[in-house]
Amino acid sequence: MSSEKTISHSVAATKFNKDVERVNWHDETLWFVRSKRDKSAHQIADWELLRETASQIKFNVLSNIHDYLVEFEANAQRNGIIVHWAADAKEHNEIVHSIMAKHEVKQMVKSKSMLTEECHLNDYLAEKGIEVIDSDLGEYIVQLRKEPPSHIVLPAIHLKKEDVSETFHEHLGTEKGNFNPQYLTESARQSLRNTFLTRKVALTGVNFAVAETGEVVVCTNEGNADMGAHLADVHIACMGFEKLIPKREHLGVFLRLLARSATGQPITTFSSHFKKPRDGKEMHIVIVDNGRSTQLGREDFRNSLKCIRCGACMNTCPVYRRSGGHSYHNAVAGPIGSILAPNLDMSKNADLPFASTLCGSCTNVCPVKIDIHDQLYKWRQVLVKEGHTPKAKTIAMKTMATVLANPTVFNIAGKSGRFVMKNIPGMVNNKMNKWYDQREMPDVPEESFREWYKKNSRESKEKGNE
Amino acid sequence: MKIGLFIPCYVDQFYPKVGIATYELLQKLGCDVEFPMGQTCCGQPMANSGYAHLTKGCDANFIANFSGFDYIVCPSGSCVLHVKDHLHDEKQEEKATAIRNTVYELTEFITDVLKIDHIDGRFPYKVGMHVSCHGQRGLKLSQMSELNAPFFSKPEQLLHSIKDLDLVALTRKDECCGFGGTFCVTEEAVSVKMGQDRIKDHESHDVDYITGGDMSCLMHLDGILKRQKSRIKTIHIAEILNSLEN
Amino acid sequence: MSSKGEILKRIKANQPNLVSELPNLNLLGSEQFDVLETYKTVLKGIGGDPVEVADYNEIINYIKSNYNLEKRLITTLPELSEIASLDWKTVDPHSLQDVELTVVKAHFGVAENSGLWVTDDILGQRVAPFITQYLAIIVHKKDLVPTMQQAYQRIGNMEYGFGTFIAGPSKTADIEQSLVLGAHGARGLIVFLLD
Repeated sequence: MSSEKTISHSVAATKFNKDVERVNWHDETLWFVRSKRDKSAHQIADWELLRETASQIKFNVLSNIHDYLVEFEANAQRNGIIVHWAADAKEHNEIVHSIMAKHEVKQMVKSKSMLTEECHLNDYLAEKGIEVIDSDLGEYIVQLRKEPPSHIVLPAIHLKKEDVSETFHEHLGTEKGNFNPQYLTESARQSLRNTFLTRKVALTGVNFAVAETGEVVVCTNEGNADMGAHLADVHIACMGFEKLIPKREHLGVFLRLLARSATGQPITTFSSHFKKPRDGKEMHIVIVDNGRSTQLGREDFRNSLKCIRCGACMNTCPVYRRSGGHSYHNAVAGPIGSILAPNLDMSKNADLPFASTLCGSCTNVCPVKIDIHDQLYKWRQVLVKEGHTPKAKTIAMKTMATVLANPTVFNIAGKSGRFVMKNIPGMVNNKMNKWYDQREMPDVPEESFREWYKKNSRESKEKGNE
Repeated sequence: MKIGLFIPCYVDQFYPKVGIATYELLQKLGCDVEFPMGQTCCGQPMANSGYAHLTKGCDANFIANFSGFDYIVCPSGSCVLHVKDHLHDEKQEEKATAIRNTVYELTEFITDVLKIDHIDGRFPYKVGMHVSCHGQRGLKLSQMSELNAPFFSKPEQLLHSIKDLDLVALTRKDECCGFGGTFCVTEEAVSVKMGQDRIKDHESHDVDYITGGDMSCLMHLDGILKRQKSRIKTIHIAEILNSLEN
Repeated sequence: MSSKGEILKRIKANQPNLVSELPNLNLLGSEQFDVLETYKTVLKGIGGDPVEVADYNEIINYIKSNYNLEKRLITTLPELSEIASLDWKTVDPHSLQDVELTVVKAHFGVAENSGLWVTDDILGQRVAPFITQYLAIIVHKKDLVPTMQQAYQRIGNMEYGFGTFIAGPSKTADIEQSLVLGAHGARGLIVFLLD
């Protein structure tokens, strides 16, 4: 969508790390969320069984999603809901706009929907002269600042209360220098209450869509999705097709996992099940593909569609915590974003699977057991094969492969200047300085292990004694 | 029982004392150990950079060197994990499979195969254990803090048997150090920050040494410690476990 | 409509044929704990106030002494007609904007997360528990279940247009992870635990 050149993760991360105090704060804040998650998860004796069960349900969904979608649509229609299908972001945006146009409405209140971020709906509607107000407090803050969210669950986690105070002072006329979160939240409440009371169309995301019943479930802590939907004439709920679950009873599994994984809460304040529109009102559901069916066909990566968007992988990711959500230049940041984004645009997002140490913590916190770090590894292989890595790196890797496959060459190369250190780890292109910028090089020993072994191993000693 | 000693390429060239400690320790524990001289590298640096398709030569060389041993033991969780997960060869897949099933990281070999949970040794220092991700989350050498499951740690179990060793409890017990192979240079800023933060945790517990099962993590941490002119030193776990006679 | 066919065609072509079974849910939810005590502890932990009462009179007295009766109080329960109005169920929902306290009754509550299950037939209006400044929900102690596992067994095939679990007051921590109660919905939640 954006014509601006994408700044690579490592460049953005370097910039983010210029302010050490702020990086420390960002890291600690998100680590605090991860710790709350641990505490909450560890209180549930069934936790690991819940994860396994959720994973199995999602595997079943991936294998049967065609039939579940057909079932879901039929049930939703029976419930009086109008169902739309969008092949891509453009069609999604057009459908939403057509609903607005039909009702001749120029204003919308919207609760959190990462799908609409992915589709850049706000920009699209703005061009059509429609005003959208994001009602989730975090999204409201970043919208006023004309920034994208930096986290799928905590959209304004990159901002400090001083930043929010400044933004609210400018846009809502709050007292300058009043940083009190209570005061700032109350100001947003007053302002948004007026929005809720005056909007005829409310758009929400969808956390789960139940094939068996045709209902959708939307989870919030603030109650903003409900305030919007229950006061509007038209409720539009937008969902990627992977939000499907087979049966209502499966909500019992996912609702136990979602909030605990996300923030450590036992459940979100509101878990709202929308099954039928209010009498005389309209409800629409827009089912979106936008690359998901392609991802479904990628054997190595289809498991990413199991994601329930809890954000736990971001909170635990040591790289995310120290680079910030914006460095991932994608609607969904962090580890899960890094395995979703290349599917949408390999060339633009080729850097993301490399923005990880493959430490594997993401996979362990994932409530639906997505093999996130293995998929990062696999995306690297695909991106290299498809030619999305720098040529110099490829040449260096080829040299390395040749040397390491041949012990004789390796030993000569080793002696003459420690081949390994020049080439591993990633001293490709001879950028030795990148290691040396903030780290000393290891000392070079008198002899290598194999040189020592030749002289000192039991066999060589035995030989010497003969 | 014939043991093939697998020494990671960078350990061979930069940290021979880690190789020596591993070799001596295994012998002390009664093993018949041989270091196949033709070994080079497991191919992980290439594979993790997305060039797994270039590692066929490495794989063939690895198989040529390590076939026929009862066990293959290596003082690096990361290299072992790579072999376990990725060593294949169309022409000799049986041999590759045999190797994948018999390759062990040093401490798990001691606790699981040799069934030894006590090592005679003395190391009179305050020590912080850096838990390397591939050993922990990949090879499951110790319990992962993310899971709701009982604690265990194969390396710590061994360290606890070392006399006068004071093992500290870190604030973040298994956070990544930020080495990450090529990550340490391609994402230099984050890599170094992660390393600095790990060091701070050890510093706040006033350790003399940071130990661990992977020299690559320790090399990264050591590079930062030396730049900071810190008094804290790094030491591979094999060197501590082999400390009695030194 | 053309996109529907295209999308379904692509999905059918690309979906794997791996898993046909669904896992057995009966293995879940067997945790043993004191349901009432857990309910109260969890509710307090997320900012709600549990109040144990013997009958509706106690509820009326509690509300009388804790809320300003001159403000607009609404309820769906005839037992509370002395202190709250009952004639708002068919009005324009926007007109509920000045409600100070809404009192409704839940089908049941869930101990592990303090959630209360309410549906539109017992809410009066869907927006009622959200637009109010304060919310009070009544639940019988016998209607507390341990976990969400039992909760969905209880919901079963229940028919509703709208249903929600309400767990504590509306809240946000979007500013520096500082918890603030009363984001957009109710600023406080009283749960009357009725014998």
